[in-house]
Amino acid sequence: MLKSEVLDIEKVRADFPILKRMVHGKRLVYLDNSNTTQKPKAVIDALVNYYSAHNSNVHRAVYVLAEEATESYEGARRKVAGFVGVVPKELVFVRGTTEATNLVRFAWGETNVKKGDLLVSTLMEHHSNIVPWQLLAKRNGATLKFVGLRPDGTLDMESLENLLRESPRLVAVAHCSNVLGTINDVAKICEMARKVGATTLVDGAQAVPHMPVNVESIGADFYAFSGHKMLGPTGIGALVAKKELLEEMEPFHGGGEMIREVFLDHSTWNDVPYKFEAGTVNIADAIGLGAAVDYLTDLGMDKVREHEVRLLDYALQALSEIRGFHQYGPLDPKKRAGVISFNFADVHPHDLATVLDEEGIAIRSGHHCAQPLMRWLDVTATSRASFHVYNSYDDVDALKAGIEKAGGIFKV
Amino acid sequence: MSSADIYRELILDYYRNPRNFGKLEEFDIDARDTNPLCGDEVEIQIKVGEGGKIEDIKFVGKGCAISQASASMLTELAKGKKLDWVREVTKEDIFKMLGNPDLGPSRVKCALLGMKVLKTGVYGYLGAHFEDSDWSGETP
Repeated sequence: MLKSEVLDIEKVRADFPILKRMVHGKRLVYLDNSNTTQKPKAVIDALVNYYSAHNSNVHRAVYVLAEEATESYEGARRKVAGFVGVVPKELVFVRGTTEATNLVRFAWGETNVKKGDLLVSTLMEHHSNIVPWQLLAKRNGATLKFVGLRPDGTLDMESLENLLRESPRLVAVAHCSNVLGTINDVAKICEMARKVGATTLVDGAQAVPHMPVNVESIGADFYAFSGHKMLGPTGIGALVAKKELLEEMEPFHGGGEMIREVFLDHSTWNDVPYKFEAGTVNIADAIGLGAAVDYLTDLGMDKVREHEVRLLDYALQALSEIRGFHQYGPLDPKKRAGVISFNFADVHPHDLATVLDEEGIAIRSGHHCAQPLMRWLDVTATSRASFHVYNSYDDVDALKAGIEKAGGIFKV
Repeated sequence: MSSADIYRELILDYYRNPRNFGKLEEFDIDARDTNPLCGDEVEIQIKVGEGGKIEDIKFVGKGCAISQASASMLTELAKGKKLDWVREVTKEDIFKMLGNPDLGPSRVKCALLGMKVLKTGVYGYLGAHFEDSDWSGETP
């Protein structure tokens, strides 16, 4: 099997302090990147530097620290916006993808979704792209329907077309499945949805960290992603939307910062995106996310993607040699992100994860916040290994050896 | 302790050949719970006999080896005992029953799911039958 490197993996690994850690006396093999990624020193340093040298509140005071903090925070917005191909005004900092979808639910959904309207999601969504729409549908008297899947774990486009004939108000779809790794043709889906007048929301939580993404060319009305899955800190993410759309929308949270003028009987709103950033924002983590974007940009997202495709290709071949190994999702690594959900004989994913943990290998086990998809797959849970820039062929070999060890313990 | 010790013959045997697995035709107690972390699922049914005895007990469930083996072994332990016995069962009893495996905090919940379901079911029943019971809560 081909084991060629597109990234200088030793150099990359040296950038991540946590990878020097031992777990149960073994080298840490971190394969839970769809869940959250590790942080390079540059990101950790950015946080320490902000708190050590520039800490103050943004957009308010006029002293030096405040101006530095504001410049760093807005600088981070420019970097993150540029990273996904939009202008800074179109990027709202939020806590993460879940807050982004809930922002849309309230600030757009409450006023735009009427009784009898149809909302469309898909069977492969994370709960964060299902539950807000259930709540919205219930509150506004709308209906929520789901695009089905084909046996290979791709979206059933015929099912989508049928639902589009019912003129939905919203089409909410993942750019990339957190379980199957399926990369959806979201540009095409958004175009189809636009033709029937639907507003589109793309959950990019599993795409932005792993491949070049240009929201402008995808043409989504809303695009959401999380910082902690792309080498950035927890508690920061982004909702991207067209300026006009953000301007039309009602605010989400009310309070300081999001207002222009406040009277006792009414208020007027700040310009976008500030209208959606009420209260003291997450300054440090936004700056940390900016540093993560710099780090990924230096590596090159094309290379990040190619690295993962090669690892995925290698892993799919290596792991399928294990008797009792069964993976879910499209087989072509080019159509899939670096994530492998699988089951191994009758060994429950949690039991497998316990055995692997002892080998220093971290994988996710469970329903991955995608219970409807688990039901579609007819499983209660899966194990999931997912890659990022610091994973190596050695990590895949360690995973394979760990699964084989579990096979021995469980007498598979 | 290594995972080879956690997953000894005993637990694997009960996982693959669960005793008292299934549903009862007639039952007085039916309780179910899930472990939201793992999605482990256990349902226990009990037929209460003369003098508040656990005349028959069965369980169904889905989940990891620890949760399912633990539930199965617990039903074996409970069968024939008085309902009051369930009130006295402790976490330590469950760990001992499983051979004291070294479980991390997240896996302890798997081990204790069966006990939680059993206690939920039995406590509910004892509460509902408190007045007409001439056997519950009495100390010898």
